[in-house]
Amino acid sequence: MQGNTACAEGALAAGCRFFGGYPITPSTEVAEHMALKLPKTGGVFIQMEDEIASIAAVIGASWTGMRAMTATSGPGFSLMMENLGFAVMTETPCVVVNIQRGGPSTGQPTMAAQGDMLQCRFGSHGDYSAIALSPASVQEMYDLTAEAFNLADRFRIPVFVMADEIIGHMREKLVVPDTVLRVDRKPLQKGNLPFRADDDLVPGFPTFGKGYGVHVTGLTHDERGYPCATSPSVHEDLVKRLVDKVESARDAIASCDIVNPEAQVVFISYGAPSRAVQQVLHDTRRDDVGHLRLKLVWPFAESLLSRFPDAETFIIPELNLGQISREIERHTDRTVIPVPKLGGALHDPSDLAGLLEEVA
Amino acid sequence: MTYEDWFREDRLPHIYCVGCGNGTVINCTLSAVDQMGWNKEETVFVSGIGCSSRAPGYIVTDSLHTTHGRAIAFATGIKMANPDLKVIVFTGDGDLAAIGGNHFIHGCRRNIDLTVVCMNNMIYGMTGGQGSPTTPPGALSTTTPYGSREAAFDLCGLAAAAGANYVARYTSYHVTELTRAVRAGLESPGFSFIEALVQCPTNYGRRNKFRQVLDQIEYFKSHALLVQKANRMREEGKKIPDDMIIIGELARRNRPALGVRK
Amino acid sequence: MRTEIRFSGFGGQGIILAAVIVGRAAVMYDGKYAVQTQVYGPEARGGASMSAVIIDDEPVLFPKVTSPDIYVIMSQEGFEKYGVSVCEGAVMLVDSTLVHSRPSCRCIEIPATREARESLGRDIVANIIMLGALVAATGVVSHEAIEKAILDSVPRGTEELNLKAMKKGFELVEQVKHG
Repeated sequence: MQGNTACAEGALAAGCRFFGGYPITPSTEVAEHMALKLPKTGGVFIQMEDEIASIAAVIGASWTGMRAMTATSGPGFSLMMENLGFAVMTETPCVVVNIQRGGPSTGQPTMAAQGDMLQCRFGSHGDYSAIALSPASVQEMYDLTAEAFNLADRFRIPVFVMADEIIGHMREKLVVPDTVLRVDRKPLQKGNLPFRADDDLVPGFPTFGKGYGVHVTGLTHDERGYPCATSPSVHEDLVKRLVDKVESARDAIASCDIVNPEAQVVFISYGAPSRAVQQVLHDTRRDDVGHLRLKLVWPFAESLLSRFPDAETFIIPELNLGQISREIERHTDRTVIPVPKLGGALHDPSDLAGLLEEVA
Repeated sequence: MTYEDWFREDRLPHIYCVGCGNGTVINCTLSAVDQMGWNKEETVFVSGIGCSSRAPGYIVTDSLHTTHGRAIAFATGIKMANPDLKVIVFTGDGDLAAIGGNHFIHGCRRNIDLTVVCMNNMIYGMTGGQGSPTTPPGALSTTTPYGSREAAFDLCGLAAAAGANYVARYTSYHVTELTRAVRAGLESPGFSFIEALVQCPTNYGRRNKFRQVLDQIEYFKSHALLVQKANRMREEGKKIPDDMIIIGELARRNRPALGVRK
Repeated sequence: MRTEIRFSGFGGQGIILAAVIVGRAAVMYDGKYAVQTQVYGPEARGGASMSAVIIDDEPVLFPKVTSPDIYVIMSQEGFEKYGVSVCEGAVMLVDSTLVHSRPSCRCIEIPATREARESLGRDIVANIIMLGALVAATGVVSHEAIEKAILDSVPRGTEELNLKAMKKGFELVEQVKHG
């Protein structure tokens, strides 16, 4: 099965029943598969007039209690940024799949990249935190998309599935699990203020149409949901909570594969370049070479680095100019070697093996 | 019940200036909703950004105050996901016709079952009086200090051409007619568009020779021309002055609608 | 063992489908692992099209073809773009109706388009003839697996035609071997 199709299947298995989207290479197969399948599940597929409208419709649908998703690529992702901030501010669960292609601008529509990794974290205005997953196989396109809905519901934020053209378009074996674990958003208890958070810093969800009479606004709001845009303390408390609810859980939700934790040289990767690293480890069979493969990239849990206590060097191949390398550098005093690559081709395992020879 | 029962009382007083026309439109809309006998639980108000878009915050139902220009796109998601909800959009001329123009025409094309009420004050009020797509040629604003040199959008003509099932225009002077039009819009399946011209004494009126609130309302009254009369004049070959406001029901039809439970 | 196969031809010949069918045969019916990839261009028809499939007994790690063991080339432009720099040990199957160049490696000439047209009456099944030839010449997947994968993948009503094309591919390889 193709990666993009597996992504759609994972969403459907997770109970996604609304897709609003706009065609864009290389993500379109996700929309096409949802258009084919959603009507048969009683769900709704709607092709909107642009990506701004797509994410808007997804957010609207989410307020009716539905699990809702869109899929896009770089230019469309850029267009969604303002409304993604709205989803953060209004604490709207939703899933946004980005099948990354080469940018900036129209760039390389049919070639893979990981150039939007910082955009998904910082792209909308204002301070916030984000959750981003990065699948490295067709199987993970299914599994991580399904998991994205659980994270979105649990934290009430947009969750990004940051795939790329290689993983989106390749076909490989998919094993469909019998059941997909589903953890839904908790409902707002009647009588509670709609934006007063519980101990987990997340408020219960007041689904539209259930008699909550909730006012939802992108303006800074108090716990009643009422606009309160000029109070410094209300704004500070709100934005800090929106960030903390994610950041305080970063160790709890960290998801990765660890190989050879006693290694001195450790590759760190996410998404498609992980496959090149896996090939290198397979071919060299060296115990002193480790691998940290991030399935969940944001929020980055720096505690993962200490899982490699003997590490002297981190090598980080990315299909960008070192976006996540920056984040790693921020958290370690060990040597960090970014291996940036642009143009659409994956890192060649023999090049990485050569680099490894030079390092150790 | 009356329209007053729909107010979110702990949010009052509102932010609107003294003499603003928006309150009239909100009252007319809530009267129409109240006449429909709808439950508060099944009614949702959606808006974008601008003076008009603050309205849902003063209404007791579920409401979504979204980003600038995008209210119809958000409302489309709500309505498609749960067609049992009655979804009403409040918008303004800048929100709807400038930044949100594309969503407006596509909402009409889809004929999605929404009622969209536009408070057209011909100006960006909230940001202090800049020219909008409906600022009349020659009118003064902070960004058209020498008079607007652009043509204004005919919002109703746009909605009708793009496929909306129900289209009507009135002004804040025409309270009874406006209420009736909103009700007709609420009753019509598909996209209903009601344009209400409103006075903005703070940012439009005082720059454009409407010194008193009543001056602009008086203007609406004296320059309103019922569509049937306008059509007769056209048939008779009479010229309709450019500054006349054509009011009335401008489209009513039964194209297939989206977002209606089958 | 990892086997890399590259297919090239022009858009519309079913170059991508051919790779998908081989991958499907390996995974679904031979119990192996496979990854199929392709080069996407803006053109839906014409132009040089390329797809690839990697088959392995173990999970396929690196998903891209680096040094193909087997080439299936169905157009001259495809040969020039994707078939020129071959390794010595590689095998290339060419559609000899459309490709006039020959590689430096071992080459098996299959007149697929001519046979599709003359024996089967449909140009469109030339890719399936090449698939039959590929399997007969290299054994990269089993005969049973490729047959089932073809039946899974072709439009309903064309099963018989496609199976004939596959068998024609088997035969053409036998003729080459004995001819």
